[in-house]
Amino acid sequence: MATLLDVRNLKTTFATGAGPVRAVDGVSWDVEEGETVALVGESGCGKSVSALSIMRLIDAPAGRIEAGEVIYKGRDLLKLSEEEMRHVRGREIGMIFQEPMTSLNPVLTIGRQLTEGLEIHVKLDPAAARARAIELLGLVGIADGERRLAQYPHQFSGGMRQRMMIAMALACNPSLVLADEPTTALDVTIQAQILELMRSLSKRLGVAMLIITHNLGVVARYADRVNVMYAGRIIERATAAELYANPRHPYTLGLLHSVPRLDEPRRARLHPIDGQPPDLSRLPPGCAFAPRCSYRVARCDAESPVLTQAGPGGHVAACWESVRLVRKAAA
Amino acid sequence: MSDALLEVRGLSKHFPSRAGLFRRAKGSVRAVDGVDFTIRRGETLGLVGESGCGKTTTGRCVLQLERPTHGRILFEGTDISELSQRDLRQMRRRMQVIFQDPYSSLNPRMTVGEILAEPIKVHGIISDPAKRQARVRQLLEEVGLLPQHARRYPHQLSGGQRQRVGIARALAMEPSLIVCDEPVSALDVSIQAQIINLLEDLQTRLGLTYLFIAHDLSVVRHISDRVAVMYLGKIVELADRQALYEDPLHPYTRALLSAVPIPDPKLEAKRERMVLRGEVPSSLNPPSGCVFHPRCPIAVDRCSAEIPPLREIKPGHWAACHLA
Repeated sequence: MATLLDVRNLKTTFATGAGPVRAVDGVSWDVEEGETVALVGESGCGKSVSALSIMRLIDAPAGRIEAGEVIYKGRDLLKLSEEEMRHVRGREIGMIFQEPMTSLNPVLTIGRQLTEGLEIHVKLDPAAARARAIELLGLVGIADGERRLAQYPHQFSGGMRQRMMIAMALACNPSLVLADEPTTALDVTIQAQILELMRSLSKRLGVAMLIITHNLGVVARYADRVNVMYAGRIIERATAAELYANPRHPYTLGLLHSVPRLDEPRRARLHPIDGQPPDLSRLPPGCAFAPRCSYRVARCDAESPVLTQAGPGGHVAACWESVRLVRKAAA
Repeated sequence: MSDALLEVRGLSKHFPSRAGLFRRAKGSVRAVDGVDFTIRRGETLGLVGESGCGKTTTGRCVLQLERPTHGRILFEGTDISELSQRDLRQMRRRMQVIFQDPYSSLNPRMTVGEILAEPIKVHGIISDPAKRQARVRQLLEEVGLLPQHARRYPHQLSGGQRQRVGIARALAMEPSLIVCDEPVSALDVSIQAQIINLLEDLQTRLGLTYLFIAHDLSVVRHISDRVAVMYLGKIVELADRQALYEDPLHPYTRALLSAVPIPDPKLEAKRERMVLRGEVPSSLNPPSGCVFHPRCPIAVDRCSAEIPPLREIKPGHWAACHLA
């Protein structure tokens, strides 16, 4: 399969009161056509900033993309004019955010918000755009589209708004959809509905997806490949099956061990990761995870580890001690 | 006296729903609608359900932060809904709460030391300032913080550390019951486990009793001895942890459990999802009969006509379903 999006050595910095903070620190990853890739990590790891950087939605002047390339279908998005970039955002790459209410316009009808992009980017006439909007609502499981088009976002429930966001993201037949915590604000049973919908649509329409999440369960079910981020860097990448069976970075291993699981016998105690999440303005010189790591050796404090091969299928990990890692059985 | 620390009997809380220019009452929202449960001394009762199911309102009624519309709440054998304000204040010391977002419940202008010392002073627990400071240090140690954290302000702490302060503040009152309302859902995954382990250690050490309100079924299974599942203001199932998770009797419980993704791609690939139709109806206008029937995959005619009572189907295992 051909590479659709190729992010190379991306660096994004924010100016803060405590000095410049490198939220994304030289990450490289790619998405192939039709594939679902996940960026996983905890708050502040740089996963959302990575997605916003690709779309060039980083707020200047505080935020700045310092370096890197974002090659999408052979073009570097970081070199496009603002006008060309608007076209990419509207037509070629769709976006779904965590809180749909803040990304929908409250004073425009559902119909207007769906048809606007179709008229501007696909040059449909109003009648054709309307017909396509009703079709899109049907696609995401909103019945009675004719009536729904005249309604406003506040008349929709949380789950319906997220369906509406998916319809908007898919409106102009994009080849890639970026979904930033698409179901985190939703209830469990609605989460399941939305994720199953996204998966079936991505398969049916051949759309590639980038899912950004902190939920390891969501990743296991929906991603083909996974990038784990910590303190602005990718610390491990593998196919989903390989990552869960054979984690090769202590942070990934720690995350997998710290969550209670419904499919395993209840453990007497959970195994948390010690310490606190990293402060990006005061990172240690070597490996950023070292202060919390139980595999730490002297070298970890001096030298920052780079991604090296750790297993089959392009499995890489950034850890000096990754050969020592053993997946503990649930105790 | 029985070993019951808290007994909730026929608890209902209705909020008037106002509409129109003059905000006239137009019916009522039945946030909690006839809930019964008991928590034994030293145990953890998990209360799970999706947003709007009434789990938080139930917790607020227990704490008397909301006056129940109907029903009785017996705490250590006393009906607290009939207490005077003064007696209630005394009683409240014995029941404390830990909130989801410790940041919004900690005063940003006070240091951690002041936050912990204030209730000890106000409630007259320790009047001597030096002894109070010693107690603050002891509380910090109890929740895994260092003495120097007493001089910090809430914004100087991480989310996990702030939640530890929230727990220390609850402990300051020497409670017997702590209502934990989504205590870990705002925290990062790697920190959640730290806080859950801390709550378990404190329970063992201090003999605490928890009402643990959460939407995360895996976390609830880990920490609870018994679990109650709520849907639209009612308890639909209540059982021992193991019985509820291994042999769920209510179709809503089964759907909830099947909706939780498991962090293992091999298992997930084989797993059939039971995806519920539709969304949770409004509690302003709940469905007839069983409130779950419009979304239930096994509903029959009787379910839309008759309200199923919460019945003891196996010893200690209760479910409100005609077909269970």
